[in-house]
Amino acid sequence: MTVETNEPAPRSVMPDRFSLPDEKGRFGPYGGSYVPETLYHPLKELNDAYLEARADPSFQHELDRLLKEFAGRPTELYFAERLTKELGGAKIYLKREDLLHTGAHKINNALGQALLAKRMGKKRIIAETGAGQHGIATASVCAKFGLDCKIYMGAEDMRRQALNVFRMRLSGAEVHGVEAGSKTLKEAINEAMRDWVTNVRTTHYILGSALGAHPYPGMVRDFHRIISKETKRQFLETEGRLPDEMIACVGGGSNAIGFFFDFLEETNVRLIGVEAGGRSLKEGEHAARFEGGKLGVLQGCKTWILQNPDGQINQTHSVSAGLDYAAIGPEHAFYRDLNRIEFAHAGDEDALNAFRALSSTEGILPALETAHGLAHAFKRAKEMRKDELLCVNLSGRGDKDAMEAARLMGVSGLPQMPTL
Amino acid sequence: MMNSDRIAKLFSDCKAEGRSAFVAYVCACDPDFDRSLEVCRSLIKGGVDILELGVPFSDPLADGLTNQLAAQRALEAGCTQEDVFRLVREIRTFSEIPIVFYTYYNLIFSQGVENYARKSKEAGVDGLLTLDLPPEEADELINACKESELANIFIIAPTTPKERIAKIAKRASGFLYYVSREGVTGARDDLAGDLDERVAAIREHTDLPLVVGFGISSVQQVVEVAKVADGVVVGSALVNCIPQNLESTPKMLAAIEQKARSLVGGLTAA
Repeated sequence: MTVETNEPAPRSVMPDRFSLPDEKGRFGPYGGSYVPETLYHPLKELNDAYLEARADPSFQHELDRLLKEFAGRPTELYFAERLTKELGGAKIYLKREDLLHTGAHKINNALGQALLAKRMGKKRIIAETGAGQHGIATASVCAKFGLDCKIYMGAEDMRRQALNVFRMRLSGAEVHGVEAGSKTLKEAINEAMRDWVTNVRTTHYILGSALGAHPYPGMVRDFHRIISKETKRQFLETEGRLPDEMIACVGGGSNAIGFFFDFLEETNVRLIGVEAGGRSLKEGEHAARFEGGKLGVLQGCKTWILQNPDGQINQTHSVSAGLDYAAIGPEHAFYRDLNRIEFAHAGDEDALNAFRALSSTEGILPALETAHGLAHAFKRAKEMRKDELLCVNLSGRGDKDAMEAARLMGVSGLPQMPTL
Repeated sequence: MMNSDRIAKLFSDCKAEGRSAFVAYVCACDPDFDRSLEVCRSLIKGGVDILELGVPFSDPLADGLTNQLAAQRALEAGCTQEDVFRLVREIRTFSEIPIVFYTYYNLIFSQGVENYARKSKEAGVDGLLTLDLPPEEADELINACKESELANIFIIAPTTPKERIAKIAKRASGFLYYVSREGVTGARDDLAGDLDERVAAIREHTDLPLVVGFGISSVQQVVEVAKVADGVVVGSALVNCIPQNLESTPKMLAAIEQKARSLVGGLTAA
C-alpha cells in the first residue's frame, strides 16, 4: 500500500533520518562524546560492535525472535472508542507498549543491548533507572541470559517505586540506592557511570534512554524504532492512512524517538513531545527542558539542560520518576530546531487527572510518565476534527504508580509497600 | 609572566633538582571560601609544587565519594565560579605556584569558552584539565587556551590504546596526566602493576612532562610513582583532612600541612 496522503518531505529542510548521528555522534550541534578518557575508547569499541551487529542478519533475526517470544511484540494499535466519544474530537488511537513484558517500551532496548553485551563477551551488566521500568526490563533480561546485574536508582525513586525495587531484586539484580543530590535519575546515572569507569573491561552499561555519549542516543533509538515501524503499518491497515498527529511523553526521550522515527519524513504527521511541567515552571519545580533550559553538556552529550547561570545542573521535579531529569535526548533537540518535533508540557496535576481518566474510560491504567502525553492528547483531541486521527504512545502501564498515585490523591487505608 | 611558563619553569626546576613534582588536589571553596584559601596556603607551606583546584560541580561523574562530598560542601557554602576565580586571585597575592583547574566542561561552556579562558588567565590560572572533554571534542577550548596562553592538560587512561596516545599528546600542552588505573578519583591501597610499561609507552610519543594520579595516598606510593613520573598527584588523601577536622580550623590546617609535608618527603626519597 502506498501513502498517498503524505507529500514527500522538503529535502532542503529535512535530513535523511538515517544519516544521523554522524561519525562523531552528532545530531547537528547536539550529541557528541563528552566522557572521561577512560571511557572514550570503550565507547568506540561499543560503537564498532554495535554497527557490526546491526549489519548482521543473524543478530537482527535473534532480536526479532526475542522481541516476539520474550517481550510480546508486535503490540496492538488500539482505538480508544469511549475516550474518543467523551472528548468529542479526533479519533484517538493508543499504541500499546504497556502490554509488553515488564510493562513498558524499555524492554525493546534492554533486549537489544543485552544481546549486544553477550556478543561482546561482557558478563556483567549495569543500568540506571528512574521509574524502575528500565531497571526491571534490564533485570529480567539479565535473569534470562544469566548475566550479573547491578541497578543504580535514586533513593527518592526507590521510595516512590518500592514495588519495582522488589521486582528487580526478585530477578536477581542488586539494586544500589543513590543518596546524592535530588536522589533521582540524574544521580543514578552519575553513579552508574562511576561504576562503568571502574569496571569497563568486564561490564556493559545498558543506558536506558536516548541520551548520554555516542553511540547511546542513536543505538537506543534504533532499538525502539520498531514502535514506529509497527505503528505505521497498523495505521495503513486499519485506517488506510497515517495519523494526523502523534504524541509521546519525553523524559530522556527513548519512547518518543522510537515512536516518531519512521514518521520524521512524513511531514504531514504532526509530532509532539510532552515534557514534565511538574508543580510549576519555576526553577527546580519541573523537568521541561525547553522551558528554561539552555544548551550545555551533561553525562556525555551536548543538549538542552536545566541549569543555573553558573553552569550547575538544576534539581528537577516531576510526579513521574521517569521524566524527572535535567537533560533531553540530543536528537529531540535537533528535530525541534527543524520544527519537526514540537514540544509541550503537562504538569503533575494534569498527569494525575489523565491517569484517572484513561482508567475510568478505557480500563487502561497508564504509567504516570505516559499520563503526561495523554494529558496533552486530551487537550489536542478536543481541538481537532472528528475525522482527524490522533495517536498516543502508551509507553508504559501504571501498576507501579498505583500506590504513589493513591497517596497523592489522598486515598487512605491502602497497604503500604515497605521501603526496602 | 606568561601563565603556562609557571608550569614549564616548575618542571625544569624539578628536573634540575633531580626529583618529581608534587601535585596537590583540593576542591576550591571546600569547606568554604575563607578556609579554602587557608587550606591552599597550608599546602604551599607544606611544600607542594603544583596546585590542582577542583571547580565544584553539581554532577562530578568522574569523581569518587571523597571529592563528590568536597564539591557538595563547597556548593552548599554558596561557592560560585566567581568565587573560584577570586580564590586564585587571592593566592596570587602571596604565591607564584602553578595553578591548574580540574573541572567539568559544562562549567566552562556555560560561561562562553573564550570568556572563561580569558577570565582564568586574568585570575592567574596556568592551565585547565577538563575531565569530561576528550581531545576530539576540545577544538574550541584548545583554541581559547592558546589565545589566552593557558595550558590544556589531557588525561591518558589505562584503556587508552597506543595509537591514541600520540593523538592526545599532540593536542595537550603544559603536561600530560596519566590516570594510573580505571575508576574514579579516590585513595586506594595498591597501585596498578604495569605503571612502568605504561609510562614508557607514553614517553615514546611526547616530551611533555607526565604526572601520574588517581589512587595515590601513601608515602610509599609517592616514592614508587616518583621513580617513573615527572609528577605525582595526590588528592583524596589531602581532601580527607578537611571533613575530618570541620570543628577546628587550626587542626584542619595543621593536618593538611603535615599530610602534604610527609607525602612531599617521598619525592626526595625516590
